[in-house]
Amino acid sequence: MSLINYASREINCKLVYYGPGLGGKTTNLEYIYEKVAPASKGKMISLATETERTLFFDFLPVDLGTIRGFKTRFHLYTVPGQVYYNASRRLILKSVDGVVFVADSQMERMEANLESMQNLYDNMAQHGLDLTRIPFVVQYNKRDLPNAAPLPQLQEALNPGWPVEDPARQHDIPDPYRPGELLVQQTNGGWTERVPHFEAVAMRGDGVFDTLRAVSKMVLKTLG
Amino acid sequence: MSGSATWSFREEDAARIGVLLNRLLAESGARTALLVDRAGQMLATAGHPPSFDPITFATLTAADFSANDQLARLLGENEFGALFHQGEKDSLYLADVARRVILVVLFDNTTTLGLVKLRVRGVLGDLSQVFTDMFAQDGQRAGTPRGVERGFVGEAEDEIDKLFGGA
Repeated sequence: MSLINYASREINCKLVYYGPGLGGKTTNLEYIYEKVAPASKGKMISLATETERTLFFDFLPVDLGTIRGFKTRFHLYTVPGQVYYNASRRLILKSVDGVVFVADSQMERMEANLESMQNLYDNMAQHGLDLTRIPFVVQYNKRDLPNAAPLPQLQEALNPGWPVEDPARQHDIPDPYRPGELLVQQTNGGWTERVPHFEAVAMRGDGVFDTLRAVSKMVLKTLG
Repeated sequence: MSGSATWSFREEDAARIGVLLNRLLAESGARTALLVDRAGQMLATAGHPPSFDPITFATLTAADFSANDQLARLLGENEFGALFHQGEKDSLYLADVARRVILVVLFDNTTTLGLVKLRVRGVLGDLSQVFTDMFAQDGQRAGTPRGVERGFVGEAEDEIDKLFGGA
């Protein structure tokens, strides 16, 4: 839930990077931290174990600067991916404004991806939030690895789409991030909507800012 | 179930809260009072300006309170309504306000935990009322802006492109 603070003239939005363990969520934040201009970023906090696995969350505030008199800031969080840290994951999703699902493209991690995606839906529902109605993008990370699954297979499993009930949206809607592809399209007689997806190699930064740019713009549109 | 929503914290809310927080500080001898929402965003501060990074502080406060909420439930309690962190010189007392916001009081050895707790208890009812009113009325107040003004989204998108390297 974005907070517009008219008293301090601030707008804060919360983005959460979700996904299976060792999928690259923290790597996304570390790359953003490394590359964003010093004046635009705050302190990065990592509540991690001794072996640098995320225990509770990583946090990075990024300032957009002052826009129309409001200091505008994104709060970027990751959740711990390991299955047994579900209580922490659920807490971090509280009042979320936008979600990035960082999937591990490796064939062997397909089951972990699916389990994490289901867990995301469940935890959002516990907060009374519907993932199909908030800004949400999927990032397929580790595209450089030889055992990476083909993109259509990942899309079919993790971003199959949901039925579009609203007649006003039952028409072809192009994917602004992938020319020639559609986000809303007719399939098997019904209309289906998918969320934007991005290929990434977070270790070297490929796709990291494309993902962040997309989800942050989607969140801003909810303020307007 | 719903999508994400926006809530607003207005000047008149800040003024009502400022009066209450300053009264609390005067009566308790504490140094700084802060209000943080459960999502980790700083809402208001009163007293000595904090010397630490307020954004980091707010995030960790919300996480601290949330983790302790879960601990309370494990014990069969609904919540721990208040938390205390004792330092050598500075200490923190945290209390829940209307299940939406956390009041944090920063104090040193010139006052006592007992007095801080007592005065916090005295102000919690009034603070809760402010937030209850705020959430009840949000979206129904006449003559005040909802969301952001026209042009904000376009300008913000330009900034995103500049900062995150867009076309």
